[in-house]
Amino acid sequence: MSTAESAIDIAAAIRAGGRSAVEVTEAHLARITEHEPTIHAFNEVTAESALAAAAEIDRAIAAGEPVGPLAGVPIAVKDNLCTKGIATTCSSKMLEGWIPPYDATVVQRLAAAGAITVGKTNLDEFAMGSSTETSAFGVTRNPVDHTRVPGGSSGGSAAAVAAQFAPLALGTDTGGSIRQPAAFCGVVGVKPTYGLVSRYGLIAYASSLDQVGPLANTVADAALLLEAIAGHDAADATSIPQEAPRLVEHLDDGVAGLRVGIITELMGDGIDPDIIAQVRAAAEALAAAGATVEEVSVPAVSHGLSAYYLIGPAEASSNLARFDGVRFGLRVDAPTTNEMMVATRTAGFGDEVKRRIMLGTYALSAGYYDAFYGKAQKVRTLICRDFATAYERFDVLLSPTTPTTAFEIGSIADPLTMYLNDTCTTATNMAGDCAISVPFGTDAAGLPIGVQVLAPALGEATMFRAAVALEAAAPALAQGEPDHR
Amino acid sequence: MSARITGDDVAHVAKLALLDLDAAQVEIFTGQLAAILEHAKDVEALDLDDVPPTSHPYPLVNVLRADEVGPTLTNAEALASAPQAEDGRFRVPTILGEAP
Amino acid sequence: MTTATDSPRVPTDSLGNPITVPDSDDILVVEASDGSRWELVCGLEVHAELATVTKMFSGAPNNFGDDPNTNVDPVTLGLPGTLPVVNQRAVELAIRFGCAVGAEVRRSVFSRKNYFYPDMPKNFQISQFDLPIVVAGELELPDGHVVGIERAHLEEDTGKSTHVGGAGRITGAVHSLVDHNRAGVPLLEIVSRPHVRSAEQARQYVAELRAILVACGISDGKMEEGSMRVDANISVRPEGSDDLNSRCEIKNVNSLRSLGRAIEYEAKRQADLHATGGKVVQETRHWDETDGRTHTMRSKEDADDYRYFPEPDLVPVDPDPAWVAEIAASLPMLPAARRARLADLTGEPGTAEAVVAIVDRGQDDQAVGAIQAGAEPRRVLVHIAQNLAGEGGAELPADRLAELVAMEVSGDLTATQAKQVLAELVADPSLTAAAVAKAKGFEAMDTGALEVAIDEIIAANPTEWEQFRTGDPKVRGKLTGFFVGKVMKATKGQADGKAATALLNQKATA
Repeated sequence: MSTAESAIDIAAAIRAGGRSAVEVTEAHLARITEHEPTIHAFNEVTAESALAAAAEIDRAIAAGEPVGPLAGVPIAVKDNLCTKGIATTCSSKMLEGWIPPYDATVVQRLAAAGAITVGKTNLDEFAMGSSTETSAFGVTRNPVDHTRVPGGSSGGSAAAVAAQFAPLALGTDTGGSIRQPAAFCGVVGVKPTYGLVSRYGLIAYASSLDQVGPLANTVADAALLLEAIAGHDAADATSIPQEAPRLVEHLDDGVAGLRVGIITELMGDGIDPDIIAQVRAAAEALAAAGATVEEVSVPAVSHGLSAYYLIGPAEASSNLARFDGVRFGLRVDAPTTNEMMVATRTAGFGDEVKRRIMLGTYALSAGYYDAFYGKAQKVRTLICRDFATAYERFDVLLSPTTPTTAFEIGSIADPLTMYLNDTCTTATNMAGDCAISVPFGTDAAGLPIGVQVLAPALGEATMFRAAVALEAAAPALAQGEPDHR
Repeated sequence: MSARITGDDVAHVAKLALLDLDAAQVEIFTGQLAAILEHAKDVEALDLDDVPPTSHPYPLVNVLRADEVGPTLTNAEALASAPQAEDGRFRVPTILGEAP
Repeated sequence: MTTATDSPRVPTDSLGNPITVPDSDDILVVEASDGSRWELVCGLEVHAELATVTKMFSGAPNNFGDDPNTNVDPVTLGLPGTLPVVNQRAVELAIRFGCAVGAEVRRSVFSRKNYFYPDMPKNFQISQFDLPIVVAGELELPDGHVVGIERAHLEEDTGKSTHVGGAGRITGAVHSLVDHNRAGVPLLEIVSRPHVRSAEQARQYVAELRAILVACGISDGKMEEGSMRVDANISVRPEGSDDLNSRCEIKNVNSLRSLGRAIEYEAKRQADLHATGGKVVQETRHWDETDGRTHTMRSKEDADDYRYFPEPDLVPVDPDPAWVAEIAASLPMLPAARRARLADLTGEPGTAEAVVAIVDRGQDDQAVGAIQAGAEPRRVLVHIAQNLAGEGGAELPADRLAELVAMEVSGDLTATQAKQVLAELVADPSLTAAAVAKAKGFEAMDTGALEVAIDEIIAANPTEWEQFRTGDPKVRGKLTGFFVGKVMKATKGQADGKAATALLNQKATA
């Protein structure tokens, strides 16, 4: 079979009995075996448990038992989501070899939906980065161009989907960590509304910003996966007490009359002109499909990055305090407990993680709280207000996903320059709203461009409708083997 | 907002965060953190006195659970990942000083 | 929780309210080495473990004394990816406390208090910081002094370290072992205003607080198991002045007795320091029971920068006023009111030992029931305070007790017999006092048999009898004990002491 098939088609074929889950899983594992040495999307490929799970799906279908909507569909899971009995590392030496005694809620829901986890994907260490280069276990290569990064932090998940290792992947997005790699790899990536998907079992980077979300080759597949993982979870106190939204059935409702606003602040300085051109083309496509399109100013968006780089690290500095060598993970021996903790943390964390812990500790420390963390929380209020104002006049907003297309591995050494990758994405996390990146054309070098559709909290159904329209209008990307260029 | 972050600040923060940095690293981090905070200066210029802070993007209250026992780990499961254990407990080197 | 108060212009508490110190008839004044006199200003912080079934933020059992690291789940251990969810019962118990001390119950927010310590799984403690659930209550001590309660807030307990080597103490230990069964147990931290002016008031405050917590089912209040822990914030100032000086927080006070000793020691230490031109440094000090002193804890440098910020994994707790009202309406009668009720019914003062003990043990309903069933109040107090203190004593129904006391008052049973019958009734409450008395052969002795016994004793002790007969009331009083003792011995306790005394007096004056 072809690994290019969509999750929806695979699921339908397996349910109809036309294809076995084992056969599908074997095909994807074979593709992984062939290309993974080049791409390095995974920290661990779970072939054995994947085949066992697939055999169980086949047995259930043969026995006429009901199966879930993702029955037999291979999925790659980001390695900061806890999997019981399977190592979960956050791509950090700190957690190398750590076997969680429990499953993340989203992992439980995947299993309940019948999805087959084929492996745990590489990421920037503790999800801190925009290139997957901060992984302690080596960089992931962009399947579109092996000299380039896949983006990050969910670089392994985006690469796995782009390389057809699995039609679906789970990523996590704190400031753009699903959308930016999706854009870089030419796949679809969704940052759901904060609270729509449970964070229980997601190893926290920044608790008030983190969300788990889908990566897929098609908008419809992303919607299918989001339906399977969304919905209230009593184990996460920030989970919205609502059932998962119905998304797939509304995908083809069209965009006639949809009010679309292009965010002025994200269409100028610092954004690659090729990308701006594609966003304008995308807007025209939506207009052609019946939407009304206007520019709209969302002034506080321009402060999103600054506020994000205070709030995110502040929460991270506290979340990562538990990595101390006492109960799990790395320990570096020393004569006293305090020295042991210092030695462990110094050896276990990479530079980017240390940088953010330091930044966050500083932002929270005595005498600086009001100036940094306190002020950033107020900026957050401004961002929420400005988005709310814009959403009074518009159903969805449009912007680039990234300021540039995928850059070359090793080309950005300066942290601040790296942080600028998140220019277009952080504001959504600050506001707790939802956004999707849809592949839309390429730059002059042929690298994929992502167009971002933003919607208010719980506006996923509308967002997906617009995304489907964009997908339909998008210039075709070349398909085929990884590094097909 | 504040004076530029200094090497002393960085050394102090490293100590709070239990990270051991040598002098060269302190210097590198000081420069990088200063640049990041400098970029955040746009926030500094905003007049936010009357703006309330937002700590949760989605405003929920009173999310409570019933006082009912859930699944627990066995002692073996609890200690399975411990770097060192003894007598059913997590073993650590000498502790200097009582908890604050 | 501490807030710096090093000589601010207008001293304020952790919520920004001005600090006031009330006058009292009972103020501890210590004399420094130079003869100067200093008075105590003291506030108390009580940590009470809440009587929930599970932990503050997870479903692991809240149970003392189990095998180490068995009452744990991934949340308790702070495993990566875990999240806290607030225990509704813990919130309810905090509200209960707020209602019991007439406090305001309000919207509260959990924060993270960040510091590294091996018995704290996440290396931060989830606690309420600037927005506690309970504020501004007060507690009246039995002596009438009123202590303000600044706040009470919810938080989680830490695990427990055991030190190996170095005689089990932290100093000199070769390594330590951590048990997380206690980690995450819900705590209510109750912070008083600095309204405690003497060691006796401190003891009364803690005892009264404990009585309220136990009566309301908020905590089991067992200081010996550490489910109630007391820290004292102590400062001294020149006698009669309005100053507020730097204070020290005294930890590791494990009993009411140590609390009094620690306060007296620390007040004297600070007075001497002030008197000799020294400076009291605001710090945490550790009470050492064995040497009777407080010692500086020399905690890690920078440990006081806790970097509090709102816990992003939790949302505010904003109790519905209707819920608070419902909880307030469900409160049981509080110890002070119960002491007053019992005192009223018995004619004893509310501070009488028997009254305090009975209310403390929760046996006052039993006492009131028996009295209302017609039993003689003072006999009821004696029986409950002395004879029903043991196990099962509280189970004896009030009507059984009333029946017993009635038999005793009517002379059908002697005091000694009543005590024996009582023990049987406790063992089997289905029995009646009359049935037990009959089964034990405790028929009241008829006057004839008693007279025969007394005549025999008089004949055997002529010298004492002559003294009894001719002596003044004082001598007679003394010898009454002698003769009644003999009568009791001769009748194997079946005689009624009162009847025997009456008969002796009758014979002496005949």
